[in-house]
Amino acid sequence: MSRVRLIQTLLIGGSVALLEILCRAGVIDHFTMIPPSDMLLSLIRIARTESWFWPDVLYTLRNLAVAIVIAVAGGFLIGLGVHAVPRLRRCLDPLFSSYYSVPTFVLYPLLIVIFGIGPASLIVMGALFGVVAMIVATLTALDRIPRALIKTARIMRLDALRGVLMVRLPAAAPHLFTGLKLAVAYCVIGVIAGEFILATAGIGRRLSFSYNNFDNQTMYGVLLLILVFAATLNALLNIWEKRLHQRWYR
Amino acid sequence: MSLQLRLPASRAFDYLLLVLASLALWAGLAWIAGPDALSGPGETLARAADYLGSAAFWKHARATGTAFGWACLLSLAGGAAIGVLIGMSRLAAEVGEPILGTLYSIPKITLYPIILLVFGLSLSAKVAFGVLHGIFPVALLTIGAIRNTKQVYLKTARVMRLTPVQTASTVLLPAILPELVTGLRIGFSSALLGTLIAELFASEEGLGFMLIRAMEAHKVVDIMALAFLLFAAAAAIGGLLLAIEGRVHRAS
Repeated sequence: MSRVRLIQTLLIGGSVALLEILCRAGVIDHFTMIPPSDMLLSLIRIARTESWFWPDVLYTLRNLAVAIVIAVAGGFLIGLGVHAVPRLRRCLDPLFSSYYSVPTFVLYPLLIVIFGIGPASLIVMGALFGVVAMIVATLTALDRIPRALIKTARIMRLDALRGVLMVRLPAAAPHLFTGLKLAVAYCVIGVIAGEFILATAGIGRRLSFSYNNFDNQTMYGVLLLILVFAATLNALLNIWEKRLHQRWYR
Repeated sequence: MSLQLRLPASRAFDYLLLVLASLALWAGLAWIAGPDALSGPGETLARAADYLGSAAFWKHARATGTAFGWACLLSLAGGAAIGVLIGMSRLAAEVGEPILGTLYSIPKITLYPIILLVFGLSLSAKVAFGVLHGIFPVALLTIGAIRNTKQVYLKTARVMRLTPVQTASTVLLPAILPELVTGLRIGFSSALLGTLIAELFASEEGLGFMLIRAMEAHKVVDIMALAFLLFAAAAAIGGLLLAIEGRVHRAS
């Protein structure tokens, strides 16, 4: 494992270093991309000096948190409901399977018209983007509960509630967590993309704002922040998922 | 058995139910939200039909189609190549998979400024953005498929002293074909999303450009009609690929 980590670190470090050299040597010109070290310096500078920085970051995080809660809780509940009615599920299956093949972002302007320009549109956008991943994961999770476990629960005469809490939920948990992971990733994309398209505040909006103003320093600082945030979130969820799977499938 | 024989008819009925329910929901929402926010099904479909008959629409559709076609092709070929290269070595898979997964999960829309700065307002910017969306899921699915390939196949390949190229082309590719079709479907939809987003933000032609122009002019019916056409086309092709996928998975 440590060897893998070492190679990963070297790979990523090497790519960053290469980028730095290419930028410094002028192969990539300054208007296209600033060197990674300058991105970091720019990020530190805006975090320390700009008054918009923390309000924007908190705005995005708050909307993101609400969107994730709605997508995960809503997706789980809808998944439970749909799974209970096979007929409904058969009707909705084509919808679920083609959901991510349609460009959901084209609905964002409509959301703005309906909910106004503000947190509500962003939250709905993020939640809409994430919820179906959770629904599908919940359906898969419920499908994959081994029949033997359900039969065992019946043999042990567990009542419905205990059957769910002690057998079905733990058995479904790995897939549910995968759904959670996907839903979080989609919510991040939805909220930040919404901000990027049109919003009054938020870190994604700051990115498009600085881009439109040819403010490359700020743009790359903010971009670095978003990328590091998304990558860290993803890495943490992956590590957590791996731990859970190891525990369950020991 | 009799249930299975009846299935096609009842499935068509299910689709019909889904369509009717969506139309009812749509009409209801449009009624609640009012014509300034949402146009109703009748009006929207009429506008969509107008579009299908107009030459201007098809010009934009062709522009999108060209960009999307290239993006799709490059995503699939590139993704499968990366996937096979990385997937064939266990160490490379362990190293590469988390990195690819992270690249897949970042909000790539934020990278659009870079793409524009590098490629300018051009077809290549659209294609590059489509590929950026499509290539990672294809690579990840390919790696996963190779990992799940039965060890016996690979051992047989080694016993037969196949070269890595021969192993890839005669053993691995056929073995992972079903998953490749899944990759094709996911890559297809991701690349379409990427291409359209690229057109939304900066382009001079294409369906995304039509959409953003309708948005700026606040023409709700136009937005809805375009969104409807895009959804319908994407869902139809997605459904077709899903059907092929189901058949390939069953055959193997």
